[in-house]
Amino acid sequence: MTRKKRRLMILLLAGLGLGTATALTLTAFQDNLVFFLSPSDVLAQRPPGERAFRLGGLVEAGSVERHTGADGRPSATFRVTDGPSAITVTYSGVLPDLFREGQGVVTLGKLQPDGSFRASEVLARHDETYMPPEVADALRRAGHWNPAQGAAPPAASWNTAPRQPEGRSGG
Amino acid sequence: MEGPGEPVGSPAGVQGAEPPVSPQSPEHPRMIPELGHFALALACVLAVVQSVLPVVGAERRDARLMGTAGPLAFGQLVAIGTAFGCLAWAYLVNDTTVSNVVANSHSAKPLIYKLSGTWGNHEGSMVLWVLILSVCGAAVAAFGRGLPTALKARVIGVLGWVAVGFLLFILFTSNPFTRIWPPPMDGRGLNPVLQDPGLAMHPPTLYFGYVGYAVTFAFALAALLEGRVDAAWGRWVRPWALGAWCFLTVGITMGSWWAYYELGWGGYWFWDPVENASLLPWLAGTALLHSAIVVEKRDTLKVWSVLLAILAFAMSLLGTFLVRSGVLNSVHAFANDPSRGIFILALLMVYVAGAFALFAWRAPRLSPTGIFAPISREGALVLNNLLLCSIAAVVLAGTLWPMFADILTGAKISVGPPFFNTATAPLAIPLVIAMPIGAMLPWKRADLWAALQRLWWAAVAALVIGFLALVVAGYPVWPVLGMTLAAWLVVGAAADIADRTGLFRRPAQAWRRAIALPRAAWGAAIAHGAVGISIAGVAGMGVATDTLVQLEPGQSTRLAGYEWRMDGLSDVTGANYRARRVTVTVLQDGKVIAVLTPERRTFIVDNQTTAEAAIHTNALRDLYAVLGEERGTAAVLRLHHNPFAPWIWFGGLAMAFGGMLSLSDRRMRVAAPAPKAATVPA
Repeated sequence: MTRKKRRLMILLLAGLGLGTATALTLTAFQDNLVFFLSPSDVLAQRPPGERAFRLGGLVEAGSVERHTGADGRPSATFRVTDGPSAITVTYSGVLPDLFREGQGVVTLGKLQPDGSFRASEVLARHDETYMPPEVADALRRAGHWNPAQGAAPPAASWNTAPRQPEGRSGG
Repeated sequence: MEGPGEPVGSPAGVQGAEPPVSPQSPEHPRMIPELGHFALALACVLAVVQSVLPVVGAERRDARLMGTAGPLAFGQLVAIGTAFGCLAWAYLVNDTTVSNVVANSHSAKPLIYKLSGTWGNHEGSMVLWVLILSVCGAAVAAFGRGLPTALKARVIGVLGWVAVGFLLFILFTSNPFTRIWPPPMDGRGLNPVLQDPGLAMHPPTLYFGYVGYAVTFAFALAALLEGRVDAAWGRWVRPWALGAWCFLTVGITMGSWWAYYELGWGGYWFWDPVENASLLPWLAGTALLHSAIVVEKRDTLKVWSVLLAILAFAMSLLGTFLVRSGVLNSVHAFANDPSRGIFILALLMVYVAGAFALFAWRAPRLSPTGIFAPISREGALVLNNLLLCSIAAVVLAGTLWPMFADILTGAKISVGPPFFNTATAPLAIPLVIAMPIGAMLPWKRADLWAALQRLWWAAVAALVIGFLALVVAGYPVWPVLGMTLAAWLVVGAAADIADRTGLFRRPAQAWRRAIALPRAAWGAAIAHGAVGISIAGVAGMGVATDTLVQLEPGQSTRLAGYEWRMDGLSDVTGANYRARRVTVTVLQDGKVIAVLTPERRTFIVDNQTTAEAAIHTNALRDLYAVLGEERGTAAVLRLHHNPFAPWIWFGGLAMAFGGMLSLSDRRMRVAAPAPKAATVPA
């Protein structure tokens, strides 16, 4: 094999590898990118029910209800709010340890025909003071918080219908 | 060194009046953190000298300047070792005047976690990073006697460049010795999910892997500076590439095992950015490991191997950047400080862009020599490299895309496991199919058909296992494919050994030949077979079943043919936590198989709660129970039945064992005389 031919072979192989990787990445992206939406985004965009997305915001104080199904399977409903809007989330499972009313939460799931959100995952965080960056961003976009003025205001003041002044329960 | 002695200056006459000084009292040597800070600054200065003198010496062929490399590397080790020791000391005595200790430790923590707390945080882990780097530099200086003096000087010089960047990073953005005034009464404690023996050893292991690639990177740059790569270069790089790979493999395995039992979600790999950060260097490093063999044996693929060495280190740096900057959303996001992220990003740019510029400038000098046919051992290793790098590219794209999308369009996007599974499987499957075949091919020119003939019984075994999984066990399609590939790899590795020892041709001599077989051959076969074991574990997890159920004491539920009975709840007190424990008895046909006691622990210092999973394994399956919450007298339990789960981590450890066996091969230790080393006495 001459040097020129050899170089061509190597280029061809590298191109093939890179091409395959790109093609695989792009096709997989098409179906599997998961977007983050705040409750206001959901109400504005009405995403189709078959596509999973992440819904994030603050857990509305006093909105958490835990149930047990007939088969002994626990489930929960709560509302996720960003100030102007709120969406009811149903979740079949045990809420994570760091789940608290009035704190930031990110859930993964699909929108139901009745406008509620069925979550397949409620994301847990290592740190209870941690605010998911998307949630912080959503709150900022909702116009209720200017980060230049310091930390986020107490969760209770975000509620569309505050029922507990402390914004904390079940903890 | 007056620090430690200073406060003990009380005259002997007063001794009777004063109570004995305990190490916890404020009377302990207060200067220790300053000493550590000073040692770090000293190390930084030494690193600057180390990055200039030996390299200049090598350019000018000045033996005196090149001779500074060794002593400087040892000096570096002493300085950084001192700094690390000082930090560890501050943690052990719980020195609350050091803000890093306050933020991450507490006097009530068990001793081992006080010690592991030294590197369980951002600042400390970076000190550990440079400590390991200096250990590697000193190792090159001490054990690289067979290396040509100029190459050795350049390698140590390049390691100095790396050390300067990281020491500046520590000193300017992440100083672990910063004081706090007034000192609080006690620290805030270590995040309870991190208080775990497995995780105490996890970062050091991973870092040995990352930093090992800094050494192969230094070898690559030294070769570029020198303008020469030969078979001897491949022989020197291989042990480092292999050692780093072993550590990284163990580190990733430990991380996955920790996620499995500590996070309590029953999963073992989440395609989380932090996990990908360790997988990316592993993929590039695995490719490097194989291409270095070709450099050593056939004196070809040299430019490519140098490029891979640069890429492997770039991936290690990227991994550090991803974990430490907090730019990516992660379940493991520990650090969140943009200035650090920007600093590491700048380091990454300088190192990688600089290395690529040097590569573009010097690589044309490295003339290709060896020639081989596409169907040959070399050809198979090229295919291995191609596929591994493609997988790495896909993982990299999926990991970084959310960040780019955020910067470019402001869209908040996440890329989850479905993406990575769909995009990597089409690349991983051909890789796995090719593995046993490639190992069978001879160098230069091979007969594919002859290799396949020697593997026919591995193929039959794989198909039988696949058939059993499909028909008898009734597995779905992906686990069936996984089991088939797993059997193909394991039996294929056995076929390789049987072929080399002539087990079927001359059984009488097989034992003798097995002993005479180089350890590298055993290591390769074991590592390849171990990949199969891990794949079997992953396939088993594909048919795992779980249930979520609320049970009153005495009630039971059925899962995977077992009866799980809830016996009751109790209180437990640990060293620094209180816990609620549920007792679950698992029965099969009325016989007790296991008693599981998952807990929910509340850590007293920071009032955090973690779920502690209980696992019972019999090597073929795990019974896994987590206590979700309590409702009255009832407990909400999540129960899992995970077939073959332990095989995932056993396979990972066996892979590393194969690597270490290979590393212990005589060939790896005895540096063959290079053309230059033969003429210039070291």
